[in-house]
Amino acid sequence: MLSETELNVLEILAGDARIPAKQIAVMAGIGEDEAKSIIKKLEDERIIIKYPAMINWDRVREDTVQALIEVRVTPQRDEGFDVIAEKIYSFEEVKSCYLMSGAYDLLVIVEGANVKQTALFVAEKLSTLENVLSTATHFVLKKYKQDGNIMDGGREDDRLTVS
Amino acid sequence: MDYTKILNKRIQAVPPSGIRRFFDIVSEMHDVISLGVGEPDFTTPWRYSDAAIYSLRQGRTHYTSNRGLKELCRLISRYEERFNVRYDPDSEIMVTIGASEGIDLALRAVLEPGDEVLVPDPSYVSYMPCVTFAGGRAIPVPTSAENGFIVTPEMILPRITPRTKALILPYPNNPTGGIMRPEDMRRLASALKDTNILVIADEIYAELNYTDEPLSAFASAPGMKDRTVTLNGFSKAFAMTGWRMGYACAPREILSVMLKLHQYTIMCAPTAGQYAAIEALKSGFENDFADVKRMLRQYDRRRRLIVDGLRNAGLETHEPLGAFYAFPCIKKTGLSSNDFCVKLLEQQRVACVPGDAFGPSGEGYIRCSYASSLENISEAVKRIGRFMEQYR
Repeated sequence: MLSETELNVLEILAGDARIPAKQIAVMAGIGEDEAKSIIKKLEDERIIIKYPAMINWDRVREDTVQALIEVRVTPQRDEGFDVIAEKIYSFEEVKSCYLMSGAYDLLVIVEGANVKQTALFVAEKLSTLENVLSTATHFVLKKYKQDGNIMDGGREDDRLTVS
Repeated sequence: MDYTKILNKRIQAVPPSGIRRFFDIVSEMHDVISLGVGEPDFTTPWRYSDAAIYSLRQGRTHYTSNRGLKELCRLISRYEERFNVRYDPDSEIMVTIGASEGIDLALRAVLEPGDEVLVPDPSYVSYMPCVTFAGGRAIPVPTSAENGFIVTPEMILPRITPRTKALILPYPNNPTGGIMRPEDMRRLASALKDTNILVIADEIYAELNYTDEPLSAFASAPGMKDRTVTLNGFSKAFAMTGWRMGYACAPREILSVMLKLHQYTIMCAPTAGQYAAIEALKSGFENDFADVKRMLRQYDRRRRLIVDGLRNAGLETHEPLGAFYAFPCIKKTGLSSNDFCVKLLEQQRVACVPGDAFGPSGEGYIRCSYASSLENISEAVKRIGRFMEQYR
């Protein structure tokens, strides 16, 4: 269970991972050393995994495609879904892999250089895995919002400048 | 046509607001970082807007009853219980066009020509003019940073005359960020209970409290409910400024007079906005006011950042405990508030509001709103620091 201050630090970093520890300390009302040790602890415990930039790849590489693949599998005795999930997420092409409730078992997010390459990956690598019963592939056409951020910049500040 | 002969002299004599004056200067300039904005930078949480849109699609486009939708009044009653006061939704609550209308209604409900109203100084720009418009005389009650910009019995009692009708109690305070803690309220309440003065408690910033102690409505202080008009609304805490949704709560004898004014001048608050407000409160009760808390956490971080930045820039800044304003003292520069703000704007392209816009005791201070992004705040305090170098 994290303390309120630790949660506060996490929220600040989740909003902008580049905010230096000194400023985090100010914003959270704690000392700089405390901020640093909280961050270290969160990293050590792999609560903070990494500090990547959120990039709108659509604006960089026009052909790159992302596909959401619904995968139905047969869970294995004693192992459940973990082993088959590992077989799937070990492919570099797989960017994310989630165990789901509902009509299918794993949601796999795959990125490829183009539609054909991605479709072939699913057909040749994923579908052929032992214990995979079926797949259904959906290509992402446009990302409007990701992790709380509107990709096209959202709304301008239209407030009166002084009020 | 000689307009000066037909326009009301009392109203003509009131100068335009200092905020307005400064807005006119700023709006001529480009690339300005504004710390002058007195409203949330968050947009209204979509589910409230969606509820209003849905009400329109259902054809709910008619008047509501004068006091507002019954469901909304009931929810407001429940909401005020968060501030430890219980109002009867059928007789003690009405929905207004922002808390602003409530200020006007409360003043007009009680003032006879020449009656006096005590107004903490500095405070929101509308109180004093609204007193004048209602025929009264505003009596400023100077407050200072030393006591957190609140009013105390020692300040109030000597200013009471036979003409004193009301005290405006605007806490958490715009522009100072001062708040009345329960203990401050109890002290004031015990001094007021032997007077015949109405308290108009403008609690529009009640949710924006950065202390660990929950805030109470002034009406919850012992013996105060029957002499208090509680004003609040959805603008600040629910990021709904443009909707103009507020409410007033008061003993039925007072509320019925306010309602009479509202009935003849306004009819009712906008219907779609009332549906948005219903959703704001309903979802608030369902998710423990998650939207409000999310925004409050962000304001709190910005508050600490701006106060730290202003202090590092060399400006003495008392810690604001409520609302979303810092109110640093600029006296050491030797400049007037207005000159400071004009120079800061010209030299560094940062807009703040001169403290004297909020009353004579605001002279020597400037209001810096932190309802702005972290990037803006960081950059603004950096620029203020550069500006201050010439005064070191």
